[in-house]
Amino acid sequence: MDEIISEIFTAPILVRALIVGVLVSLCASLLGVSLVLKRYSMIGDGLSHVGFGALAVATVMNLAPMAVAIPVVILAAFLLLRLSSSGKIKGDAAIALISTSALAIGVMAVSMSRGMNIDINSYLFGSIISVSKGDVITSVVLTSAVLVMFILFYTKIFAITFDESFAKATGIRVDLYNMLIALLTAVTIVIGMRLMGSMLISSLIIFPALCSMRVFKSFRSVTLCSAAISVAAFIMGMIISYAADTPCGASIVCVNIAFFAVFSAIGAIRGRVRA
Amino acid sequence: MALIKTENLSMSYENMTVIENLSFEVNSGDYLCIVGENGSGKSTLIKALLGLKKPSVGAITFGDGLLQKEIGYLPQQTNAQRDFPASVYEVVISGCLNSRGIRPFYSVKERKLTLENMSRLGISELKSRSYRELSGGQQQRVLLARALCATKKLLLLDEPVSGLDPMVTAELYGLISEINQSGVTVIMVTHDMSAALKYASHVLCMREDDCFFGTTAEFMKSDAANFLKGETERG
Repeated sequence: MDEIISEIFTAPILVRALIVGVLVSLCASLLGVSLVLKRYSMIGDGLSHVGFGALAVATVMNLAPMAVAIPVVILAAFLLLRLSSSGKIKGDAAIALISTSALAIGVMAVSMSRGMNIDINSYLFGSIISVSKGDVITSVVLTSAVLVMFILFYTKIFAITFDESFAKATGIRVDLYNMLIALLTAVTIVIGMRLMGSMLISSLIIFPALCSMRVFKSFRSVTLCSAAISVAAFIMGMIISYAADTPCGASIVCVNIAFFAVFSAIGAIRGRVRA
Repeated sequence: MALIKTENLSMSYENMTVIENLSFEVNSGDYLCIVGENGSGKSTLIKALLGLKKPSVGAITFGDGLLQKEIGYLPQQTNAQRDFPASVYEVVISGCLNSRGIRPFYSVKERKLTLENMSRLGISELKSRSYRELSGGQQQRVLLARALCATKKLLLLDEPVSGLDPMVTAELYGLISEINQSGVTVIMVTHDMSAALKYASHVLCMREDDCFFGTTAEFMKSDAANFLKGETERG
């Protein structure tokens, strides 16, 4: 075990993946609490599909992947928010519409570029080799921004998540903060997508929040516990992935499933004891 | 000067006029009940009072130094709230947000105000309980404490007793009445005519064709009251 951990820390590629992964997990879990409680979990899923489409198109057209994907996904996030609040197309249908469209466009782009060596598997399910030095710097900057914003606006995020009508009445610019949350989510998803894969990245948003909601009862404890679970699951997942030679993203999701089972059991036992 | 005054207020919603030529005023210390059928524009009026919707004609003026964002609002509960993991304290203190501007954390004064309002509503011992574990009546008390953190002058209650059993309803009305007697103006939207007549000093009865506004005694003698009484007897 010690040997595996020291091996991970001596390989630069793994260290890079670890840094990016821990930061992304942290951001995703914090935003996840608010998204899950606002019934917006599927937005994360929708955005990751859009991210896949954007990455595929960017690679085929020989553009910098991040530079294309981040603005496209942010745009999609605003669009999804607008659609779910306007009510013309209901939120869940809108998300399905956008995510399948983006997926189809991405697959078309990849298949049309014969002769290029694109590993579609790594886009869909993630790969740690894809994290470059540039990615590390971008991730550190963006995720720090997400963390700082989350801490600064924590009380307002709570108010908006708990009760939008009341928050509006007290003069909080709810739409602005909703957009901020969507923006931060979009950035987090694009950064995490290379590592986790676009099919699996939304698990980082949903699992930790759901786990901690089984057991904890205040918003603050749920938030803190989500952050802890998320980081722990990421590190454990990476160790398993390295030791058993399994894909990184899937291993992390499996650790999250285990956490979910444990927390559900604790929640159920506690409920029974009280009743 | 009146706390809130509207003159010939009209509101429309998706090109349909829902409120037309509505004039009324609320003075400090009043207890105004807004009654009326569904679709008569009660919710639209609430949005206008909170500044979430602009009137198409006329305006709402605030007096006595009342700012729009200082209205203590008690909204109807949403489904998402019922299983929300938040402690009672977290919910109540979020009422202090309107006076805080961009400062990110709560001050000692705001923490103190929160505790005061919790004891005022008899929920001090629930402080660290989870909101989702409380009974309907306890949840309304928590939301009422939050509204009190947001205001010193005016409470705006949107059907505060819906879904509560008669005992709890009576308790909640008693509390609201006490708060009113301590000097806080109350505006309550309700379906409950008997409560309106029992507690309110003024009644605003909203109907599609014409609205009634006056004191409760005046209301009892008016056509609008006869109309509503007929409704309750039939219903």
